[in-house]
Amino acid sequence: MKQFRTDLHIHTVLSPCGDLEMSPSNIVSLAINHGLDIIGITDHNSTKQCELVWKLGQNSGLTVIPGCEMTTREEVHCLGLFEDFDALRLFQNYLDRHLVFIQNNPVLFGYQLVVDEDEIIRDEINNYLGASLDVSIEEMEKKVHELSGIFIPAHIDRPRNSLFSQLGFFPPGLNVDALQISKSADEIFIRKKFRINQEITLVKFSDSHFPGDLGKTYTIFEMKEPTFGEIRKALLKVDGRRAIIPDK
Amino acid sequence: MKVFEIVEELGLTVFSGHKGLDREISGGYVSDLLSDVMGNAQEAQIWITLQVHQNVMAIASLKDLAAVIIVNGLEPQENTKQSSDDENIPLLGTSLPTFEIAGKIYQVFNR
Repeated sequence: MKQFRTDLHIHTVLSPCGDLEMSPSNIVSLAINHGLDIIGITDHNSTKQCELVWKLGQNSGLTVIPGCEMTTREEVHCLGLFEDFDALRLFQNYLDRHLVFIQNNPVLFGYQLVVDEDEIIRDEINNYLGASLDVSIEEMEKKVHELSGIFIPAHIDRPRNSLFSQLGFFPPGLNVDALQISKSADEIFIRKKFRINQEITLVKFSDSHFPGDLGKTYTIFEMKEPTFGEIRKALLKVDGRRAIIPDK
Repeated sequence: MKVFEIVEELGLTVFSGHKGLDREISGGYVSDLLSDVMGNAQEAQIWITLQVHQNVMAIASLKDLAAVIIVNGLEPQENTKQSSDDENIPLLGTSLPTFEIAGKIYQVFNR
């Protein structure tokens, strides 16, 4: 087994709240400089910046997992991560069909930009990406799993937009691959407070919106190689693989 | 005041939980954060929300609420209706937004 520093919750300049400095090339070089081995790109309700980050990662030996941070109709934030771009395209179609239309106001919410590797703006998304999707958390989980993705409710201990703030307790029958806790959260305290089963893996990711957030928060994945399949196995603790939150 | 009286007076839809229509109402609570309702709603209150998730009824049962009103003409999920029947807590609906239905209930209640 090898250890991989992994951060699967990172926003780009595409997210309205993402800093303009969070360009694909900047994210890749920051991730490498901070010693990360695997990153996930998870903009709010869109996957449109993933492919370029993945491509830049390929060129520099950084594993990039394409994904998204979805807002369910209950306004719970959840991460969806995908193995390939066929699955990602199907998921983007699903997002396009279900995102509630609210015109973005860049002055209030921020710019939603798709940029190329030279940081030239290639597209600006009109539909406010901070809006919610008109699907329940259960429907969302089923869709992600139908596309062989990984489903992780985000920052579950936060007082807003989290599984527990929005829904009070863990919905029976919801099938999660892991739960993400906030950077300053204490794993043992969180398990006790929300009565989380020991079998469920907890992870810490950065939820980076600014360049300065990157590299400070990650989880160590102990597994054979830095691939999507191994990541899933580590979350599900298959054959000695595991994900460990480092001590501060 | 009982749940069926509010239903009749304000023309609410009864989705499920008919057996609980004679529950007594002690007051109202308005929130869409289920964690907040868990912490702050009081027994026998009528809860107004736009959440339609099955956890709504589990929390209504935990807090022993009189009924739940879903606003904006939203439809509850099937399993939400099912647990309202199981718990005998009426799940009601209105096409009105929260502000208006809360105002009307407040008036009826304080007559």
